[in-house]
Amino acid sequence: MNLRLSKPWLDFDAETLSRVPGQLGVFQLADAGGDVLYIGYAGGKSLFGLRSELQSHMDAEGAVSFRFEVNMQYLTRYKELLMLHKADHSRLPALNALEPPVRLGRLG
Amino acid sequence: MDLELSEEQRIIVETVRRFVRDEIVPLEADLDPDGSALEPADQERLVAKTKAMGFYGLDIPPAYGGPDIDIMTRTLMAIEMAQHRAGLYAPCYGVFGGAGLAQLFEANEDQKQRYLYPTLRGEKHGFFGLTEPSGGSDPARAIQTAAVKDGDDWVINGGKIFISGADVADYGIIFARTDKAGGRNGITCFIVDADAPGFHVRRIVHTLRSTSYATELQFEDMRIPATNVLGEVNKGFAVANDRLTRQRIPYSAGCIGVAVKAQEMAIAYANQRETFGDLLATRQGIQWMIVDNEIDIRTSRWLTLAAADKANRGEPYRTEAAMAKLVASEAGGRVVDRAMQIHGGYGMTKDLPLERWYREIRIRRVGEGPSEVQRLIMARDLLGGSFH
Repeated sequence: MNLRLSKPWLDFDAETLSRVPGQLGVFQLADAGGDVLYIGYAGGKSLFGLRSELQSHMDAEGAVSFRFEVNMQYLTRYKELLMLHKADHSRLPALNALEPPVRLGRLG
Repeated sequence: MDLELSEEQRIIVETVRRFVRDEIVPLEADLDPDGSALEPADQERLVAKTKAMGFYGLDIPPAYGGPDIDIMTRTLMAIEMAQHRAGLYAPCYGVFGGAGLAQLFEANEDQKQRYLYPTLRGEKHGFFGLTEPSGGSDPARAIQTAAVKDGDDWVINGGKIFISGADVADYGIIFARTDKAGGRNGITCFIVDADAPGFHVRRIVHTLRSTSYATELQFEDMRIPATNVLGEVNKGFAVANDRLTRQRIPYSAGCIGVAVKAQEMAIAYANQRETFGDLLATRQGIQWMIVDNEIDIRTSRWLTLAAADKANRGEPYRTEAAMAKLVASEAGGRVVDRAMQIHGGYGMTKDLPLERWYREIRIRRVGEGPSEVQRLIMARDLLGGSFH
């Protein structure tokens, strides 16, 4: 079982986003160097699931690529990805650090 | 048993019901359907309200600052507190507070100073670690985590699974084998600090609950001072068992609360939805589902309050608590399932809380001891045997 997201990175542009499914799940945004800038999720409030959630982040500074995972356990998976990132890099992704989640757990 | 509520109980129940309706449910409209936490400002505001109402820290003994409310009344309150979307596992989002780990009330004064009082002040959080990969239903035999005495310390090796909150906790109460030949008399309860060298949160365990996860823990040569033994060496099983029995009453109450709300929704929908020119409520198939729901709810409620009543009187209530837990968790699942059926397609969506309850209440038939273990407990008591 691969805990970390390992899906291929896709171009973060309108045309690619239009093909993203409207399902629930988690996603990552990355900069040109492949560093994860932001981890997010599409939950029950997302109008068109991952597609609209990703579209709402089009103005994320420095984001040039994204990847996603359809997942009904989107909240716990989201927290897991944040915790894994923190365990790997000793910090949250830059854009998540601006509004850190309350009481994020620790792995390790 | 007299099931008529006293005037005081009626007022308390009505107050909690109003609190859920006026304070909790409106906030849920803006949360993710699987959310289990309020915005910090809302949390703070509502905690201040429950404190002002004198209802904060319901299961904290009065000697430690908790309100003096008996178990029966607390059970009635718990039924009300569960009647919202997140209510099964996060009743009122925790704004009524709680004792946390009740075992700490049995701790010695030094341990209370280091763990209990900071927990009651909200400064520390704990977790309860009993289940292991080798099993959770029969902890006396399944516990393989071993603690070996070394000078003034115990050195613990092993692991735990399905542990809630360990990744955000400051400490935990865990159980380890200290006498290989002792069976249930060879288990000791330890308080462990989550920053102790050798304490590892290895992974998240995802379940049917999207909102919250369990963790898998590993202990590698984790050194715990002997002063952190909770209770007596080799007598930890009694500590675990006491907790399991006590937990079954509020656990049952949560199932009843959700079932009550699902039934309310089913009745309201049946009285407004038309099929083939008439209301659903006029269809015998629907009527019978509503009636079966009511029988399940009243049976669960009666058994749970009977268990609470015995506990209230200080009498043994292990059989009653097991029966309540078994019936309430299974009946609650049936009620939610029927309510979904009555709602048709809408019942399957995240627009309504039913699908969340359906997933979460399924866990209740396993959590805090599966239905089969509840039957085993009752059979032991009824037949007077120590068989297994």
